[in-house]
Amino acid sequence: MTTAKTINLELKVWRQKGPKDRGKLEIYDAKEISTDMSFLEMLDVVNEQLTLEGKDPIAFDHDCREGICGMCGTVVNGRAHGPEKGTTLCQLHMRHFSDGDTIVIEPWRARAFKVIKDLAVDRSAFDTLIQAGGYVSVNAGGAQDANCIPIPQEVAEKAMDAAACIGCGACVAACPNASAMLFVSAKVSQLALLPQGKPEAAQRALSMVRTMDELGFGNCTNETECEAECPKEISITNIARLNREFFKAGFFSSVE
Amino acid sequence: MDWLTNTIGTSIGKKLLMAITGLCFCGFLVVHLIGNLTIYGGKDFFNAYVDHLHSYGPLINVAELVLLTLAAIHVLTGTILFFGNLNARPERYVVNKSAGGRTIGSSTMPYTGFLMLLFIIFHLFNFHFADHENQTVFEIVANAFAQRGYVFIYIVAMIIVAIHVSHGLWSAFQTIGASHPKYTPLIEGVGIAFSVIIGIGFGFIPIFIFTI
Ligand code: HEM
Ligand code: FES
Repeated sequence: MTTAKTINLELKVWRQKGPKDRGKLEIYDAKEISTDMSFLEMLDVVNEQLTLEGKDPIAFDHDCREGICGMCGTVVNGRAHGPEKGTTLCQLHMRHFSDGDTIVIEPWRARAFKVIKDLAVDRSAFDTLIQAGGYVSVNAGGAQDANCIPIPQEVAEKAMDAAACIGCGACVAACPNASAMLFVSAKVSQLALLPQGKPEAAQRALSMVRTMDELGFGNCTNETECEAECPKEISITNIARLNREFFKAGFFSSVE
Repeated sequence: MDWLTNTIGTSIGKKLLMAITGLCFCGFLVVHLIGNLTIYGGKDFFNAYVDHLHSYGPLINVAELVLLTLAAIHVLTGTILFFGNLNARPERYVVNKSAGGRTIGSSTMPYTGFLMLLFIIFHLFNFHFADHENQTVFEIVANAFAQRGYVFIYIVAMIIVAIHVSHGLWSAFQTIGASHPKYTPLIEGVGIAFSVIIGIGFGFIPIFIFTI
C-alpha cells in the first residue's frame, strides 16, 4: 500500500468497438491519480481526459459504487476485481497501487459472457440461470407471521452467507474453466436451505444445472479460484451442497 | 432411463463419473502398492505373492476387466471435460494470475492424467504383456530396473501420479458432495499424505531393485 498522495500509472486497457470487433489492448497514461480514489474513479479521470481529446471513452459497467449491486468488475492484472480479497472493483482503492505501476485491464472472459464494448460484458446468462430456478413460487395471500416457521440460527446464517452473492460474475471470470458453479451453488443453497425454497429444490437444482451447461459455462474442477476471488467470499461448500442437491434430485426424486 | 442419461450427462454428472472412477483407482493403488511391497521380502517371497495372486484365476480377469472399464470411463470423461473447459473460454486473458486457489495438482490434472495414460500403456507392455513362460515375474522386474532409463521413467511417473492424486482425492470428495467444516481439512490432509505415500512407496521400488 502506498502512502503517496498521488500516483502516475500506465494503463493497458482492452478496447473493443463491439461484439464482432476483434479488440486489442491500448496504452493510456493515468496521471496524478489521488490514492483516495476508487479504481472506477481512476477510470472516470482517464475517460474525462479521453473525452477532452475527442476520443471514445472506455466503456465499463458500474452502478452503486458501494459494493452491493454487482454491476462493476474487470480483470485487473489477471485478478478479477483486482488484487484485494473480498473487494469489488468499485471498492478497490488506488492506494493499493504504486507510482509507476502498469495495470492491465481486461473484461470478464467466458463463452457465456460476450463482450458488448471494451470492458462491458453481457451477463444476461446469469438472468437466464435465475429464470431457470433461482426463485420461489409464492402464492399470493396474507403474509404469515415470521415466527411461525422456525429456522435454526445456524441454517439461517448459511442461507444468508449464500445470499450475499451479488451476481457480479467474478467467479466465472476467475475460474480457469469459466464455470458458473459458485454462482449457481449460491442461489441453489440459499433457497434449498430454507423451508420456503425446499418444495421446489429438486426441480431447481436440475433445471439450473442443465441451463448452466446449455449456456456454455465450463465444468468445475475444484480449482477454488472462485472462492478466493469472490468479492462476497462465498464458500465452495456451497458447490458441494449443489452437487448433493443435484444428485438427490437426479437419482432420488421423481422430478424429471 | 432418460433420467439417468440426463443426470450423468450434465457437467456435475460427468464430474461424478470422474470422482467415482478416480476413487476406485485410489483404492487400486493401495492394493497394488501393498502387493508390490512384498518385493522387499526378496525374490521368493515376491514370486510367492505373484503366484498366490494368479491362483485366483478368473477373479483376476474380472478385476482386470473392471479396471479397464473404469479407465475407459475416467479417460474419456476427462477428455470431454478438458475440451469442454477449453471451449468455455474461447478468448484467453492476456495476464493470468492465480488468486491462490489453484495448486500444482489442480492446475495440471488433464496433463498429468494424459501422461499417466501413456505411462500405464508403457507399464502394461513392460510387465503385463511380457514373456511369462520363461522367466519369473521377479526376473522381469529385476531385468527392467537394472536399466537406468527404466528406473528414471518409473520415478518420474510416480511423481506425476502423486501430483494427480494430491488434488484428485480431495476433489473427488468435494465432487460427490462430501464437504463439512469438521472433516474437509482432514480429507485435504489425508489427500496430500496419500499422494506422498503412493509416490514414495512405488517410487522407491525401482531404486531398491536397481541397487541390489
Ligand atoms: C492410477 C490412475 C489414476 C488415478 C488414481 C486417478 C485419480 C483421479 C481422481 C481421484 C480424480 C478426481 C475426480 C474429481 O475431481 O472429482 C481425477 C481427476 C482427473 N483425472 Fe485421473 N486418475 C488416474 C488416471 C488418469 C488418467 C490415465 C487420465 C487421463 C488421461 C486422468 C485424467 C483425469 C482428469 C482430466 C481429471 C480431472 C477431472 C476434473 O477435475 O474435472 N486420470 N483422477
Ligand atoms: S458498482 Fe455496484 S458493486 Fe461495484
